[in-house]
Amino acid sequence: MSLDLLGNALVAGLLLGGFYAAVTVGITIAFGMLDIVNIAHPAFIMLGSFIAYFVNQAFGVDPIAIGVVFAPVFFVFGMVVYRIYYTAFERRGQESIRGLAFFFGVLFIGEVSLILTFGVDYRSVEAPYIGAGINLGPIGVPMRLFLPFVVSVVMLGLLQLFLGRTFFGRAIKAVSQDRLALQLMAANPARIKELAFGLSIGTASVAGSLLIIIGPVEPSIGRDYIGRVFAICVLGGMTSVPGTLIAAFIIGVAESFTSTFYGPSWSPAIAFGLLLLVLAVRPAGLLGR
Amino acid sequence: MKKSPLPFLIGIAVIAALGFGATKLFGNQYYYFAAYVVLQYIVLSTGWNILGGYTGYVNFGVAGFFAIGAYTSVVLVKTFHAPMPVLILAGGAAAGLIGLGTGYLTLRLKGVFFSIATLALAIVLQTFVTNWDYVGGSRGVYTIRPKTVLFFDNYVEFLFIVMLLLALFAVATAWLIERSWIGRGLSAIRDDEVAAEAMGVPTLRLKLFATTVSGFMMGIAGAPYPYYVTYLDPASGFSLAYAVNSVAMPLIGGTTHWFGPVIGAVLLGTAQQVATVTISSAVNLLIVGILLVVFVVVAPEGIIGLFTKRNRKRA
Repeated sequence: MSLDLLGNALVAGLLLGGFYAAVTVGITIAFGMLDIVNIAHPAFIMLGSFIAYFVNQAFGVDPIAIGVVFAPVFFVFGMVVYRIYYTAFERRGQESIRGLAFFFGVLFIGEVSLILTFGVDYRSVEAPYIGAGINLGPIGVPMRLFLPFVVSVVMLGLLQLFLGRTFFGRAIKAVSQDRLALQLMAANPARIKELAFGLSIGTASVAGSLLIIIGPVEPSIGRDYIGRVFAICVLGGMTSVPGTLIAAFIIGVAESFTSTFYGPSWSPAIAFGLLLLVLAVRPAGLLGR
Repeated sequence: MKKSPLPFLIGIAVIAALGFGATKLFGNQYYYFAAYVVLQYIVLSTGWNILGGYTGYVNFGVAGFFAIGAYTSVVLVKTFHAPMPVLILAGGAAAGLIGLGTGYLTLRLKGVFFSIATLALAIVLQTFVTNWDYVGGSRGVYTIRPKTVLFFDNYVEFLFIVMLLLALFAVATAWLIERSWIGRGLSAIRDDEVAAEAMGVPTLRLKLFATTVSGFMMGIAGAPYPYYVTYLDPASGFSLAYAVNSVAMPLIGGTTHWFGPVIGAVLLGTAQQVATVTISSAVNLLIVGILLVVFVVVAPEGIIGLFTKRNRKRA
């Protein structure tokens, strides 16, 4: 095993992990903080990818800019989805089975709609930095991995500041800690959850645009991310944004090493293996309370 | 209070006899081909319902369990030329064991962890099979049907009868569980797990029982599949269609009664067979997804629920 190969695998894994953090942070908010098991999150990310693809092809706009511009649209969309979820399941106390089935159906509708609209071919975006890269000695840093990494870390940093420093952010944390106490303080948990779920889906727009920069995308690859995002979320301690970032780095590096030394077809199994291990050994995750 | 089991058992016997009779009367092979799929969904959705409907734990990895059954058959046929009953038992046992293992690791935690684990399990098993050359890897594998089968003119008719018997077995098992103390224990877990535990219901053991039986049924549904398609690749064996249909059918039919999954499977399964022929397979899966969402939002008790509510009002 050469040192160059090891260094390259490590850097690629960290960059990939940074991107995974952007994909997972929506789940950390929805599943970890709000207790909404949104398994359809990857479908929202695919939607973000295909919007980036469509606008980029039609107008030549930079994909990251598209992701950021569409985030408010996704935010509103997320609030609507939560309204339906709240009215149909949460208020009746039926979120466990039927709520899960609801999101499962949404996942499926999203995927098949994208297949019917765009077909099953791999699509990609065009931007000047996608083929470029920098070399640090023997280690190559491709820009198509580096930029998503930077955008993702910035997004998580902003979210962490927002959740810790603003009134509304603290309200979201309060919902995740004790919903009943919040109600006794005359605050409406459903209203806060609505906004927070909008935020969660808003991150999917950015994550989707990053996904299609990293590589070509077809509608059903979203499914590969389901195991991965939940593994990262649980490993990171469910509610912690920094924990999500650290866990994403771990999974990214583990996958990168696996695909470098054993072959890329094995890497989807890594996240699940780690997930099972975490569930069996330490369900509270790395930074869990 | 308890109804006599006689009408149910007679019903099972009559349906089995009608199935045998049909193979002697109708010649069009397409009907058996299509009916096989519907019956396969009865087995899958009844299996799903034992855990999902009775106990309240949602399994999203149906495709994984189904494929375990199918690929166990591939291995056994390739290695030993094993006969059908062996394939069914082995496929069921393998899937049941995987169910037990997954349940043991995750069922002590909150229910959603089990659901997420099953979802990921299907993806990992697919990765594993894709990398396993002996069963064809990503290229897929051909399974040649035997030339002759006892009593049957045609192999598709034989497969149809096999699946019919499996469906009757699955429904009878669900019916038995529903009437026994196990069924009551499972519904107690669904309604309030902590209260059930406090009342002395052995919750973990019952949940593991349900996961194993449920996995076993999905495995036996997959066991004859290599002979049915003759060419099996990971993409079709692990198709998400199995997962979404097996969740949608019980929820649409009604999850609290053994007949619910049967109604759901017959209605949705038949509709899909027609839609696949007349429209396209992608569109019919979209329809299933929409029906699932509409039903869980509007009619949470399923079709069975609509009828029992009406009866209650009349009475």
